[in-house]
Amino acid sequence: MMTLISYILYFAVLTALALGLAVWMQRVFEARIPALVWVDRIVLRSAGVDPDRQMNWAAYAMAVLAFNLAGFVVLYALLRLQGYLPLNPDGMGAMSPDLAFNTAVSFITNTNWQAYSGEAQLSYLSQMAGLTVQNFVSAASGMAVGVAVIRGFSGPKDGGLGNFWADMTRATLWILLPLSIALALYLAAQGVPQTLLGAVHTTGLEGAEQIIPRGPAATQIAIKQLGTNGGGFFGVNSAHPFENPTIASDLAQCLSILLIPVAFCFLFGSMARERRQGWAIFGAMGIMLLAGLAVIHFYETAGNPSLGIGANMEGKEARFGAMLSSLWAASTTAASNGSVNAMHDSFMPLSGMVLMVFMQIGEVIFGGVGSGLYGMLLYCIIAVFLAGLMVGRTPEYLGRKIEAREVTLAVVGFLSMPLGILVVGAFASTLPSALAAIQDPGPHGFSEVLYAYSSATGNNGSAFGGWGASLPWHTTAMGLVMILGRYAMIIPVLAIAGSLSRKTKAEATAGTFPTHGPLFVTLLILTVLILGALTFFPVLALGPIAEETARVAGQSF
Amino acid sequence: MSNSIPTASLRDLAPAALRQTFVKLDPRGLARNPVIFTTAVVALMTTILALRDIGSGTVGGWQALHISIWLWLCVLFANFAEALAEGRGKARADTLRATKTKGYVKRLEGPQSEFDVALLTPIDDLQAGQFVLVEAGDIIPTDGEAMRGVASVNESAITGESAPVIREAGGDRSSVTGGTTVVSDWLVLRITAEPGKSFMDRMIALVEGAERQKTPNEIALNILLAGLTLIFLFVVVTLPAFASFAGLNIPVVVLGALFVTLIPTTIGGLLSAIGIAGMDRLVKFNVIAKSGRAVEAAGDVDTLLLDKTGTITFGNRMADALIPAPGVDMATLAEAAYLASLADETPEGRSIVEKARALLGRDLALPEGSTPVEFTAQTRLSGLDLADGTSLRKGAIDAVVRLTTQIPAPALAQEIDAIARSGGTPLLVSSGYTILGAVHLKDVVKPGVRERFAELRAMGIRTVMITGDNPLTAAAIAAEAGVDDFLAEATPEMKLDLIKREQSGGRLVAMCGDGSNDAPALAQADVGVAMNAGTPAAKEAANLIDLDSDPTKLIEIVMVGKELLISRGSLTTFSIANDVAKYFAILPAMFVGAYPGLAVLNIMGLASPNSAILSAVIFNALILIALVPLALRGVKYTPSSAAVLLRRNLLIYGLGGLIVPFIGIKAIDLALVALHLA
Repeated sequence: MMTLISYILYFAVLTALALGLAVWMQRVFEARIPALVWVDRIVLRSAGVDPDRQMNWAAYAMAVLAFNLAGFVVLYALLRLQGYLPLNPDGMGAMSPDLAFNTAVSFITNTNWQAYSGEAQLSYLSQMAGLTVQNFVSAASGMAVGVAVIRGFSGPKDGGLGNFWADMTRATLWILLPLSIALALYLAAQGVPQTLLGAVHTTGLEGAEQIIPRGPAATQIAIKQLGTNGGGFFGVNSAHPFENPTIASDLAQCLSILLIPVAFCFLFGSMARERRQGWAIFGAMGIMLLAGLAVIHFYETAGNPSLGIGANMEGKEARFGAMLSSLWAASTTAASNGSVNAMHDSFMPLSGMVLMVFMQIGEVIFGGVGSGLYGMLLYCIIAVFLAGLMVGRTPEYLGRKIEAREVTLAVVGFLSMPLGILVVGAFASTLPSALAAIQDPGPHGFSEVLYAYSSATGNNGSAFGGWGASLPWHTTAMGLVMILGRYAMIIPVLAIAGSLSRKTKAEATAGTFPTHGPLFVTLLILTVLILGALTFFPVLALGPIAEETARVAGQSF
Repeated sequence: MSNSIPTASLRDLAPAALRQTFVKLDPRGLARNPVIFTTAVVALMTTILALRDIGSGTVGGWQALHISIWLWLCVLFANFAEALAEGRGKARADTLRATKTKGYVKRLEGPQSEFDVALLTPIDDLQAGQFVLVEAGDIIPTDGEAMRGVASVNESAITGESAPVIREAGGDRSSVTGGTTVVSDWLVLRITAEPGKSFMDRMIALVEGAERQKTPNEIALNILLAGLTLIFLFVVVTLPAFASFAGLNIPVVVLGALFVTLIPTTIGGLLSAIGIAGMDRLVKFNVIAKSGRAVEAAGDVDTLLLDKTGTITFGNRMADALIPAPGVDMATLAEAAYLASLADETPEGRSIVEKARALLGRDLALPEGSTPVEFTAQTRLSGLDLADGTSLRKGAIDAVVRLTTQIPAPALAQEIDAIARSGGTPLLVSSGYTILGAVHLKDVVKPGVRERFAELRAMGIRTVMITGDNPLTAAAIAAEAGVDDFLAEATPEMKLDLIKREQSGGRLVAMCGDGSNDAPALAQADVGVAMNAGTPAAKEAANLIDLDSDPTKLIEIVMVGKELLISRGSLTTFSIANDVAKYFAILPAMFVGAYPGLAVLNIMGLASPNSAILSAVIFNALILIALVPLALRGVKYTPSSAAVLLRRNLLIYGLGGLIVPFIGIKAIDLALVALHLA
């Protein structure tokens, strides 16, 4: 009962905070606060950008791509040259080319897959000027695209998608930065280190020489959660006592993971001037999250009978226990964040399956900042298309007709998940040079590969630990699928937004099928499950389901 | 309706459709349907492998062949569905082709040429712009416009209406259609159709399905189906790699079976049949669609513009009430009105007789020695002069006032004003120099239209009445008929503006018209229905032509358009929902060798891996053929709001699509075991 009340409280606080944030975000993105607009203007003009110049979808997409490409080049150079650059108290050398490629791609795509271990391989400069900067701007890129897509879907005819540079700047300056500062201060107060001094060299109780890494962690952790990045300062992420010292810090981080993605649902409703549309999407996402969380909670608290009575505590911090670990795991995979406070590898098989499904459907259960919403809108297009046909009308969404062009682009968007997970994953589980990464035999070993490629394509960043992610084959292949998962979604969805924004909005009549209310929410969930999840049923059967049935039969891997 | 164009029963069509089923295996034709083409490729592949295995005596060869046969049957069933749908159209086209005339026509040099200089010219040589003479008994060779003369023409070959219609030069009744027969008199025609491009040619091509273009939603759906096929291709092609990780080697035929059962073969196989059958239903309603897009747009219509006359009202004013002047009793007025209208053969006159007879409760005969007085435009009166010299008259108010030199008593004058205000037309009846009372003529709204409009409103369609009447009259009729809005004193420009205004709000507009001045509005409307009796200009501008010239047909067209979309959407949902059960049948069968625990996924309790795979494949083929009648008939549309429709169709086809295959596959599995086939 206490558990249930705690969960309810958590989601009530989350929803309330997100509702408030959405109001603020709408004002920021619609440039309604004169003082902020004045600052924006100075910043943008100094970079030679006219914030009032509307972009069409192609220009917007080009700007996103160009900006992220530039980010990639700078980050790659930084990682390769960090040995020659300042702020390197622990004397870290250059990262290998394939790992630097993987890391740079991982951070510009908002994935934050960490094939490296931060405290062992990165200088403070790389952490701060490299990763933390990308933590901000990759998140801001996603938010900008999200806002542009909302404008295209719901704005006035020929209203344009906005200006990428302005949206990106506003997202960084007025949303991510203030929230991060507040969260960083809170985390520091809870005991997270924030220092530029090098690692502490000390003698432990056993008398052995011990090196305790530290650094400017609080700031990076704040943005890694708020921007659904997930890349921790330390290798074990938020399971590390320096990253996540207390239950209070744990809850604060857990809320921050979902905060902006949830706010995006409400932002969609209020920018569409029809709040219930936002609530419908929130409802569909929320129901799926709760259903998944219920499964995880059930299996984790029930524990593994073959290991004894009680919850499954393997790979979990005793401080957090099964419940907070389940909540975090569900949130971080639903939200395309990827930070962890427990080892997902050690979750029960079906809990692990839920985490994979959350990623395989394209990170659309709240998902990444901005990206979760636009990913879900692709499913909305297909749901609306089927619904429209079933009521005998050319389908409409927010008054705009969904026609062959939109369906084609949505289908293109849907191809990226099976391509990345199944096609590339097939090579990863057969090529001898890739197979060496697998730690465990049998279906669990297969789950490790499957989880990794689901995480990379979904731009999540979490992993079944123990899997050798640093093999050159994987660093390269995963870099490529991260690019696929990010941009093969952004480009079609922006094109859809562009195409919809040129269409006349029709008023709703009794013949128009309403895209709010329980009926649509049900249809949307079914579309996600049948179109998104069903694709991966065979591989899930070979991985977690096979493992679970074997476990029930008393066999473990 | 439709007594000319026979509807062939499915039983008659089956033998020809069966032949076509195999003709359609031609890869060039199959390639137009990505889902079925892919199925055929997979079937070919598994057949070759099965034959190889049988030849080399490998275990499982016969099983593989059995599966392959059912994969082929799936392709054949899809072909059969399409052939059956086309067969109906072909049968109809043959009937129409029989009316096409061969031989010679009497060609004239110009519209005014003497008839005895007519040249006999082969019909096939006739060019547009030439002139021909047609006389009683001739079949009109091709489409044209009457330049001289008046004739009655039997158009039953096209419309099914056996009563001949008048065609005359000038005005809105000048257009004639090839294939119709002149019954009396003659016409000089200017040919308007190029050889092979006549209305009849187009109609034949259309009903045959030769000219069928895919409609916009059909194209979008095809893309979605192709996309799903591609996604499932990824799923199945990568499966051997994943299975090899578990040390499992999955036979190609099993992968082929999984692939074909997952891709949306049900809707893919029925898609073109649904489209052809939809067009066919329109033809049955005697409506010719010039493009498939128009039919689909009809389902999307938001605003319906309807001409008042003939659609909403009978088009003739009818006597609604008799109002006696003060001091005159009703019987006297009724008798005078009856007699004054006895010789009046106009609908108005007949309606007065009807009304008066009802009031009197008896028939009156033309009195001995009386003389009927015809209506003229000058007097605007008609009536009867009795043998005793009494002249009974009825007519417009001012005409009767001038004749009698009386003005109506104040009480009567008030009644007359009230009639005019309500949108009716008042007439006065007089005997000699005495005004006996007034007749209230009004436009009578057709019975049932009110209910029709209420249905349309439930469907989300707004109706706008178009009329030349003044706003007062228009408002009265609009209120009585229950339309949502009206356009009074309408000119063609106003109609065009109204359509543009509606369209700028994102609404789709349908209208029907017949006159040349309707042409711009017909062209502008998203769905323009021209009456077959109308002018060539109107027919050219419209995208649908109603052969019965019945403006209420628009409502049927909307229904057909909606049924077309609903059939596609429902079967797509059904098809996709089926995949869940198929996974549960095939996956455990595939993987149980490597992980025996996965037998728990066999929730249907299928007998063996072999029978499970075979049952899924058989179900996949049988469901396709089982749904052919539904595809041809179309999913029924009952006017209701979108939310209600969606809930119902989602329950039937979504939930049904989830459950039915579980039952079906289990039943087939039981049958296979009972027959020792697997």
